[in-house]
Amino acid sequence: MRDRIIAIIAEQAVLDVADVTPESRLAELGIDSLGLVEAIFAIEEAFDISVPFNANDPAAGGFDLTSVGSVIAAVEGLVAQKAA
Amino acid sequence: MRRVVITGAGTVNALAQDLRGTMAAMAEGRSGIGPLQLPDVDRLSVKIGAQVAGWQPEAHFARQELALCDRFTQFTLVAAREAVAQSGLDLAGEAGLGAGVVLGTAAGGVTTWDESYRAVYAEGKNRVHPFVVPKLMNSAAASHVSMAFGLRGPVFTVSTACASSNHAMGLAFQMIRAGNAEVMLTGGAEAMLCFGGIKAWEGLRVMSPDGCRPFSADRNGMVMGEGAGVFVFEEYDHARARGAVILAEVAGFAMTSDAGDIVMPSVEGASRAIAGALRDAGLAAGDVGYINAHGTGTAANDRVECAAVRAVFGAAAERVMISSTKAMHGHVIGGTGAVEMVACLMALRDGVIAPTIGHSGTDPDCALDVVANAARQVRVGAVLSNAFAFGGLNAVLALRRI
Repeated sequence: MRDRIIAIIAEQAVLDVADVTPESRLAELGIDSLGLVEAIFAIEEAFDISVPFNANDPAAGGFDLTSVGSVIAAVEGLVAQKAA
Repeated sequence: MRRVVITGAGTVNALAQDLRGTMAAMAEGRSGIGPLQLPDVDRLSVKIGAQVAGWQPEAHFARQELALCDRFTQFTLVAAREAVAQSGLDLAGEAGLGAGVVLGTAAGGVTTWDESYRAVYAEGKNRVHPFVVPKLMNSAAASHVSMAFGLRGPVFTVSTACASSNHAMGLAFQMIRAGNAEVMLTGGAEAMLCFGGIKAWEGLRVMSPDGCRPFSADRNGMVMGEGAGVFVFEEYDHARARGAVILAEVAGFAMTSDAGDIVMPSVEGASRAIAGALRDAGLAAGDVGYINAHGTGTAANDRVECAAVRAVFGAAAERVMISSTKAMHGHVIGGTGAVEMVACLMALRDGVIAPTIGHSGTDPDCALDVVANAARQVRVGAVLSNAFAFGGLNAVLALRRI
């Protein structure tokens, strides 16, 4: 899961996967608002989940988009919820 | 120079299916937003909208007409009938040669696309209705209006996303001023509140799940509406000669492009459009009493729009009233400027300033006089109508009391 999420984010950032680590912050990777929306769409499709995200208030859904690591943790949470 | 006035107005939207009802709702600060009534609404994450409730096409059209008219054309024709009736114009015969139509829509007959795709893809049918093409074309409504009233001059449709109607009305104004026509029916319509239309908007993540609260600190996105507004624009002497009741003068228009981003607005592009409309109208910022804002209720638009108004108005920004009526009729997309023109006419003609409803707290980035929650009675001499579309296409109209 970690590698797939990193691959999705790397594709949006137009970077090699080796240059994207859990510590990377999304803003520093150069992902803009459209890139973010597209990355979330790709994550939803990849893991068959719904990410609560409103571009007007990115913090509202409780889905932490600060860093690659926080995204991985949030997706793991949603996937676990779905399995439960 | 030839002057242009408005001598008729008509609308269909979530607040009412006529002008009088719409103005009454705007003056009351009533909201037309509610739970969406649509098939498969459970598969949508956005479940609210400003639908034209209780729309009965059969009450307005014969069966043969309905077979040719998408919902956006139906709204347009009903609004056009109201506008022409109010104007008292008879454009049959020779008079129709100097009259035209320019309308705005972003998506045209999207309901027709949606239903036809559903038929062939989801339901496995192998044929669609024979009139799908003439129903869905973006220019269908303009053509039907021309046919309904015998308007045989310039007739066309412009599509600039959420600025479509303002671009249309601006062009109609310019054409009359330039001597290309004596009368233009203008405005626009949208009917995108179908399953596929909402699905498309959901993807962008800019829609509010719970309401449209422009300029409010707690705003969280736009809410889609539907409807039409159609206005009779007429050359001033032409209107005077026949003793027409004049609702307002269209005093100026400007359009600019950000040439920047496909979704994010820009203060610079919006400012140039506002300043351009004032210059074209020969107005100073201090002359403007009211601005009908684009005011979508998204974080980005409202912040940028207020900054643009401040940039142009300077100290006068503290005195001007600016409201977004989208909290009441929803964002009518390509038709929105046309529905919002109703609020501009109400301000100029009746001195009633439509409020921004749903406003619960001031956002420091939007700290202008947003006419929060309740309408006001103030006599104003000039107003602006802003539209700032996706793709950075800005269109601002200036109107004057006459």
